[in-house]
Amino acid sequence: MEDIKIGVFICHCGTNIGGVLDIASITEYVKTLPNVIYAADNIYTCSEVGLSEIRNKIKEFNLNRVIVASCTPRTHESLFRNTCQEAGLNPYLFEMVNIRDQDSWVHMKEPEKGTEKAKDLIRMGLSKAILLRPLEKIKVDINPSALIIGGGISGIHAALNLANQGFQTTIIEKESELGGNLKLLNKLYPIQVDASKLLEIIYMVESHRNINVITSSIPVKVEGFIGNFETTIKKNKQISKIKTGIIIIATGAKALIPEGLFGYNGKTVISQLDLEQLLKENNVNAQNIVMIQCVGARNDVRPYCSKICCMTALKNAMLIKEINPNANITILFRDIQTQGTTYEDYYRKAREKAILFVKYSPEKPPLVKNSVVEVYNELRNLIINIPYDLVVLSTPLIAHEDSTKLAKMLKIPQQDNKFFLEAHVKLRPVDFATDGIFVCGSAHWPADVRESITQAYAAASRASRFLSKDYLEVEGATAEVDTEICIKCKICIKICPFSAISKNQEGEILVNKILCKACGVCGASCPVGAITIHHFTDEQIISEILSCGVGY
Amino acid sequence: MDYEPKILGFLCNWCSYAGADLAGVSRIQYAPNLRVIRVMCSGRIDPIFILEGFLKGIDGIMVLGCHLGDCHYINGNYEAEIKIGVLNKLLKLIGFSERLILDWVSASEGNRFAQVVNEFTEKIRDLGPSPIKDKKYKINITDELNVIKSALSDIRLRVFIGRKRSIITEGNVYGEVISEEEFDKILDQAIYDEYIRNKILLKIKNKSKSVPEISKEIRVEPNRVLEHIICLKSRGLVDFDKIIDIYPKFISIKEE
Repeated sequence: MEDIKIGVFICHCGTNIGGVLDIASITEYVKTLPNVIYAADNIYTCSEVGLSEIRNKIKEFNLNRVIVASCTPRTHESLFRNTCQEAGLNPYLFEMVNIRDQDSWVHMKEPEKGTEKAKDLIRMGLSKAILLRPLEKIKVDINPSALIIGGGISGIHAALNLANQGFQTTIIEKESELGGNLKLLNKLYPIQVDASKLLEIIYMVESHRNINVITSSIPVKVEGFIGNFETTIKKNKQISKIKTGIIIIATGAKALIPEGLFGYNGKTVISQLDLEQLLKENNVNAQNIVMIQCVGARNDVRPYCSKICCMTALKNAMLIKEINPNANITILFRDIQTQGTTYEDYYRKAREKAILFVKYSPEKPPLVKNSVVEVYNELRNLIINIPYDLVVLSTPLIAHEDSTKLAKMLKIPQQDNKFFLEAHVKLRPVDFATDGIFVCGSAHWPADVRESITQAYAAASRASRFLSKDYLEVEGATAEVDTEICIKCKICIKICPFSAISKNQEGEILVNKILCKACGVCGASCPVGAITIHHFTDEQIISEILSCGVGY
Repeated sequence: MDYEPKILGFLCNWCSYAGADLAGVSRIQYAPNLRVIRVMCSGRIDPIFILEGFLKGIDGIMVLGCHLGDCHYINGNYEAEIKIGVLNKLLKLIGFSERLILDWVSASEGNRFAQVVNEFTEKIRDLGPSPIKDKKYKINITDELNVIKSALSDIRLRVFIGRKRSIITEGNVYGEVISEEEFDKILDQAIYDEYIRNKILLKIKNKSKSVPEISKEIRVEPNRVLEHIICLKSRGLVDFDKIIDIYPKFISIKEE
């Protein structure tokens, strides 16, 4: 049994703590507690004087546990841990007690009760400190290379960005050539630029010495973790493996083909995507055109707004007006979503060009008849018939069918609509909870070209944070499974939000310490208590609890 | 009688602990009864921890985490909600559930943190000291809490709790997704059964008893008691001891 020698440093924090709590009485009390070899107060423990005192006392008294009772571990734990390490003490043998932010500052009018609280808190900290164990941080080598799944506009830009930074980058593309949906488009809003113009950079990708493009190929298996992924790729019938440090998902989405909706026939009733092709061929001869928005979107099956369809319809309407200013164009809409300054301006211009907008309600959708579209106009409480020779249906972007397969392969989550779900909508918008995997473009949710490129840069930038390091240092405090006790129920595998727990070839359940974030949820969920959450073990926490209840 | 309630709080590092720090930085004064244990996630809290606290005489326990959807670990607080939910149902059976709360406080809610602590402290003050500190109730309450503790230490309930979220979201091994209401119906029954079974085990821990005797002591129908005894016997936790008059007597053989 190790001889526990604890040093306790109680901080005045100037008058922040010392001006409220009775530090002398606390120090005297702490000296009476078991295993306390040294206890003293400082004016500022975090000052160089205070820190060198910690270092000196560790050596002088051979301390093997250090407690600082002062401010909050959220700001100062790492400083004191480093100080312990400098004196040769494992940093995980340090424990911090918060007697300022959660005591002296909030009980200024009740100093005696605050002092009692501080004594309790330090006693609880001590009871945990006795049970602390040394832990080591783990170093992981990083393979400075990237795999980009999907060679559409976002994949291309992410690849170029990373390759220009000097990282070896591989793009795998399902189709026989790069370009994705952009290949199918005519011109892009809001500047009416040719889609093909944006694809000119493909030659830069293909000729880049840091980029390797593998077309007609799909990933079939992904193993490993950040810094060390190994992806099995299938091209035709050939299987190959590639090792990369990170993976970016840029698989995009596809436009819904409106089969069975509004009399879609591909001739007189077509989709916006079909219209793009006709415009490309300069083959739009219709005089009376009716566009219907939200076809197959914002309904029970697909409750989301695809975001790009309003602008696409406006753009195509404007293009037709440019070719044939006398064309009659009516857009039947539920809500026109043209967010921001440029897009709203675009909408206004469309109205100036005499494009008609008629609001319909989803309860009474338009009816495409032989030569007219019948629509109930809510505002005028009137059924109107609009003659047409071309009906264009605006359909949403939908997730690829094989996205679920990819999600399972990479163990990353999807939303209800099968788009990939980021780690945090605001704080980590292009990351996944699993480190080293990123998302950009319409794989995430319907995005136009501008957003796709923005996200591609974001994903590449997030990825290069890791790729630019020689190695990754990960927390030593992680979960660990005792395979002797484990009954292999796999609850922990399901419950771990980071896919850090898996079964090895021998059938043993193991925690990948690199992926583990030490939240401890698996430990609280293990039916047989086979999981230890290091630094927050059951014994340590229960010891704190029991120590809190002392005196009853 | 005047008393100062002792409140224990489990605070997650990323939201509620940060919220508590913010209350400090903002100098928001609140009741000095709370003692905090910092954990990384509210999902780390094993219901056993809370029972240990109550057994030690803590008057009230708070588990505070990030708001649902805001968990630093994505969904740890959902797991906390499930675990504390089950514990709460068990505590209700012994009239102890008022002394435990689960709530959400974000890192920006210093004010709310103080308010939640104050309200809970006042509630516990009104409830009076934990009955476990009263000599009259000490043995009874200790027994009851230990019954719950053994029910929640047992693999059966723990597997139920651990699988809940995946079964109601992804489905079971057959791919069937079971609704939360449906799942809870089964879970509630399991909670109650395990509570009764562990209560029976406690009653026959040192002295063998017959079904009618147990039935009278725990106020459960004799036929139900018999069913539980059969179940416990098949688990190897209960054995037949002897026959007195016409009644077989059973004894717990659970290893301590």
